[in-house]
Amino acid sequence: MQTQQFLPRSQFSSLLNALQSSGYRCIGPTVRDGAIVYTDVETTADFPKGFRDRQAPGDYHLENTGDDRLFAWANGPQALKPLTFAPAEPLWRVARDSSGALAFTPFLPEPAPTAVFGVRACDLAALQIQTQHFQDDPYFQARRASLFLIAIHCSHPAATCFCAATGDGPNADTGFDLALHELDSGFLISAGSETGEQLLASLSLQAATASHQQQAVVQSEQARAVQTRSLPGHDLTTALFAQLEHPRWQALGERCLSCGNCTAVCPTCFCHAQTEHPKLDGEASLHTRQWDSCFTSGHSYIHGITLRSDTASRYRQWLTHKLGSWQAQFGRSGCVGCGRCITWCPVGIDLTEEVAQICEQAADG
Amino acid sequence: MDNPYLPREVEVIERIQESPDTFTLRLRFTDPSQHASYRYAPGQFNMLYLYGVGEVPISIVSDIEDVHMLDHTIRAVGRVTKALATLKTGARLGIRGPLGQGWPLRQAQGQDVLIVTGGLGCAPSVSVIRHILRRRGQFGHLTILQGVKHSNDLIWRDQYTTWAKQPDTQVLLAADVTTADWIGQQGLVTTLLDDVNLAATRTIVMLCGPEPMMIATIERLLADGIPPTQIWLSMERNMQCGVGHCGHCQIGPLFVCRDGPVFNYPTVAPLLGVRGF
Repeated sequence: MQTQQFLPRSQFSSLLNALQSSGYRCIGPTVRDGAIVYTDVETTADFPKGFRDRQAPGDYHLENTGDDRLFAWANGPQALKPLTFAPAEPLWRVARDSSGALAFTPFLPEPAPTAVFGVRACDLAALQIQTQHFQDDPYFQARRASLFLIAIHCSHPAATCFCAATGDGPNADTGFDLALHELDSGFLISAGSETGEQLLASLSLQAATASHQQQAVVQSEQARAVQTRSLPGHDLTTALFAQLEHPRWQALGERCLSCGNCTAVCPTCFCHAQTEHPKLDGEASLHTRQWDSCFTSGHSYIHGITLRSDTASRYRQWLTHKLGSWQAQFGRSGCVGCGRCITWCPVGIDLTEEVAQICEQAADG
Repeated sequence: MDNPYLPREVEVIERIQESPDTFTLRLRFTDPSQHASYRYAPGQFNMLYLYGVGEVPISIVSDIEDVHMLDHTIRAVGRVTKALATLKTGARLGIRGPLGQGWPLRQAQGQDVLIVTGGLGCAPSVSVIRHILRRRGQFGHLTILQGVKHSNDLIWRDQYTTWAKQPDTQVLLAADVTTADWIGQQGLVTTLLDDVNLAATRTIVMLCGPEPMMIATIERLLADGIPPTQIWLSMERNMQCGVGHCGHCQIGPLFVCRDGPVFNYPTVAPLLGVRGF
């Protein structure tokens, strides 16, 4: 276990200042449009002080308790994903001269060193999956290399969270530069990388007391204990693929709007499509990519045929991939238990409930 | 890190009209050093990029030792391929590749080879047929079964006649709908198997074409005692990035563009023919 030190609440700004003076662009949680999102932060006043969230299938609300906690809420709609896998980005540009010759120029990102405050364990697990998926993608990897990640061990999971069941939280075990337990009086802080160690060395910290440590342990235990949702086991490949004709898929197809919200908020979904944007003067064209979703009709298009023309087959593709065939691709489930697809589904489909229904019959049969 | 998304420039050296809607583009890199270092295997494909229009995956049909040209046979069916059909000699394209896994030619050495294809001169099968015929001594008996819907659909008709004259090579054609000048049988490609003697333990089978045709052929071959691991097939899905990133071409755990397009049958068997995958 990393050595833990104590940062009094009144000194929290020293961490932000240290990163700013080291040249980092700082991104952290802020309240915008009634949700907690990750944007640029300048001072600690930008953080969602006192806020709590209430989440349920298809439901998200914020309220301010007036207390001093900065991180006493569960994840909003955004993950780390937009910071590494851009929602839309140019890949390259091609110039065409009068002879028709083509010159291709890549648009590789050159991101400033970026510190992200408040990263949750579920999102670190998802980042690890995407870093593996995009291992030979220079666009993703340039952004990933620019990040300095400050994790928060989750103290207030939402009712939709089930990271304890997937094994990805509530505590952050790996993949961060710094990790913090937020206590009433301040923060237990530890480093997870050499860069993190160096940053810690520049702060004036106090020794962590046994009481601090005990508070952190109790808080983490509670964060684990309050979670009620779960998935039936870690490898659902066999169970799901044995139930491809389960009537529940048709029922899901009737509820699901095929809107793609779940894939947009999912921190592990990686599908994207490329688009061509030719200039009207005929001399140049821009080639971009943007997030795509297996809930679109174009996703499974192949010369005149849409393989998944109905919503039931699209939902089945998403769930059997996320919880099933993902295992063979990445050696683990594609679900990190963040619960976003439950909260942000406009009709409140709860994948934990659906998979339980579908696989329960598998267990019986 | 190489940028797998960035095309390189090629020039159309020659354009051959194969049938009313099928054509071959013979391409060469404009940078001679890129052309000299380009290596691929039969069954692999390239992403061809047309300025202002986009990219499309196309199988390479030239021989790996033909250092002059990279041949791509294309059927004008979609947005990009219809635009590619209008290109003339001298036009410039972008190219990314070679991508994916090709045919199991190493395993096939010394074995009999059965190639069953359906549809319009399935390009991935043409590449492997040409490869074997150029190296005839490395392989055993070669059987080529080609099925088409309408006898007029068959492209490369002369080529089939030439192939049939090669030593130890059998070529059989079938069409559902036939015209008077049809040189083959009437019916599905699977009916041709009645006229073929297969040595089940030393035959490698390579399939390419519509999935119902491949499934029907596999059922018949398994019944004839061909071991499942001896059967290989070239799959088609919505391949956009070509490097296993974009997710469109997945069949269960498989990225067709990266893990295929040529697969050993047991690898794709669990979801082959399952609607929606």
